[in-house]
Amino acid sequence: MPADSTVTDERVRQETVLARLMKRPELGAIAGLVLVTIFFMFTANGAMFTLSGVMNFLTPAAQLGILAIGASLLMIGGEFDLSIGSMVAFAGMIFGALVVNLGLPLIVAIPGTLVFAGLMGVVNGQLVIRTGLPSFIVTLAFLFILRGLSLVGLKYITGGSTQLRGVRDAVGDDWLAPFFSGDAFTGLFSTLAKWGWIDTFKSGAPKVPGVPVEILWFIGIALVATWVLLRTPAGNWIFAAGGDRNAASNSGVPVNRVKTTLFVVTACCAALVAIMTVIDAGSTDARRGFQKEFEAIIAAVIGGTLLTGGYGSAIGAFFGSIIFGMVVIGLTYTTIDQDWFQVFLGGMLLLAVIFNNVIRKRVTGER
Amino acid sequence: MEQATAIHSGDPATTKPILEMRGIKKHFGNVIALAGVSFDIRPGECHCLLGDNGAGKSTFIKTMSGVHKPTEGEILFEDRPMNFASPRDAMEAGIATVFQDLAMIPLMSVTRNFFMGREPTKGAGPFKRFDVKHANEVCIEEMRKMGINLRGPDQAVGTLSGGERQTVAIARAVYFGAKVLILDEPTSALGVRQTSNVLATIDKVRRQGIGVVFISHNVRHALAVGDRFTVLNRGKTLGTAGKGEITPNALQDLMAGGQEMAQLEGSLGGTV
Repeated sequence: MPADSTVTDERVRQETVLARLMKRPELGAIAGLVLVTIFFMFTANGAMFTLSGVMNFLTPAAQLGILAIGASLLMIGGEFDLSIGSMVAFAGMIFGALVVNLGLPLIVAIPGTLVFAGLMGVVNGQLVIRTGLPSFIVTLAFLFILRGLSLVGLKYITGGSTQLRGVRDAVGDDWLAPFFSGDAFTGLFSTLAKWGWIDTFKSGAPKVPGVPVEILWFIGIALVATWVLLRTPAGNWIFAAGGDRNAASNSGVPVNRVKTTLFVVTACCAALVAIMTVIDAGSTDARRGFQKEFEAIIAAVIGGTLLTGGYGSAIGAFFGSIIFGMVVIGLTYTTIDQDWFQVFLGGMLLLAVIFNNVIRKRVTGER
Repeated sequence: MEQATAIHSGDPATTKPILEMRGIKKHFGNVIALAGVSFDIRPGECHCLLGDNGAGKSTFIKTMSGVHKPTEGEILFEDRPMNFASPRDAMEAGIATVFQDLAMIPLMSVTRNFFMGREPTKGAGPFKRFDVKHANEVCIEEMRKMGINLRGPDQAVGTLSGGERQTVAIARAVYFGAKVLILDEPTSALGVRQTSNVLATIDKVRRQGIGVVFISHNVRHALAVGDRFTVLNRGKTLGTAGKGEITPNALQDLMAGGQEMAQLEGSLGGTV
């Protein structure tokens, strides 16, 4: 059928680059990132876009982003997890207790914390699947349960305080610590400083000692999540489970297993953020991760993930988180009152949702 | 394809049924949904199952596709008695059903829908991945065989027309080795042109030697592609007729249960 094949090829070519781009869910987030960057180029102090300024806003973006990527996978799979913020506090408490109270090395404490968080993910997932209730309600309950458990648990562990100190001393110079705290590539950065390629203090030490490890985790997780979504059968199952669970399960997709796994992944992302921030801060407290669930969902939505499931991308959540970090930190470089941040955020969320809806209708030809 | 034409002329002596249902009864509590239905399907033929709403068509095809277990009766698949525990069992044996909801996800691309739950992979261990290139090629090729040129394999199913979606579902079933393809009212929600596309697709599938069970309550659609016609009424078969052995009016009357329809038709001037 040579005639037929040329016809098809022509039609493939007819699709312009722009039309192809429009199909990508992360387009909105990239456009948003460009806009926000331009905005701060004009309004913010030049220090924002120096190396140290960039690290400054990428660090909170990375911490949020790890949560947001987990949240976006779960949302693409058709479920919500409102308990991830509380999970950060809960996992922080577990980690603190394992390290400080039990004196375990990180090689045991970190997997232990992840297992605890994962179990909570399984509980969330199984409750949602078995009761058939919306995950919104089930995980809203866990938002309070886990926050409460963190408060009660911390007071029990410490004998009355809601803060557990002494993590830094307990971790000490554990060989695993550099993977979860501090900066990477310090050698490279001091070399660059010696050559005068990056800014230095008067002493000759670089102003930016290295790349904070959470940024590397953030990039790594975004790449792995994207690969899984777009290039593995599991990714197809995630889209299918979120798109239409009946159709998916009639076609042989193990929908319940997919959803439970996604709850576990999301909980483990929260635990990872907890571990890194607790080691960095040297202590944990019951307010850790407060309202992070909303921020993570907002970042995922800005990244093009649909609230109704079945559509979205991890790279979108990646850019959504960077936008978030840029706005939060960027406002401190401007003369604008920082409290505008929430207004800005709400407005951006609204814009993103409207934009996503339009795009979805264009992509799917829904009328 | 000449021999295929010979097969689907429906000569009973030449081919053995691939799937045979004998005296199927299905009771739901004290409701008798099927009261002894017999039906068979041969390779390369299109056997139409006709009946009005409530005649038991849905119950019957759900029994055939493994969703329901018959209360009584025998299912023979390739001469072996079968006892399907689930639709998955039936599917693995080679009985594919395209239900009205099609099991398609509009937001996903045609390729992703095509291979949903049965993704081809390459690589091993943690690097085992969805072979997207191969999947795209297969999908484009299979759709072209069915007469649909996709704009691209990443085209979302939501952008396809109802008839094209139906065709994707059929092509998917055929590609994954269906020997019997059950189509549940594939034309009921379609316009005129889309209907003829789907009927043409049914013809293509039949020519590949697959037995097609075509459920419909539209006599004209059935007569357009059917080789044999079985009419269900109130949970019973009212008989099977070959192509050319029965007139559209007679079929219509059988479906509606005889006399009442004749009267109705009179008052409507023979338009139904």
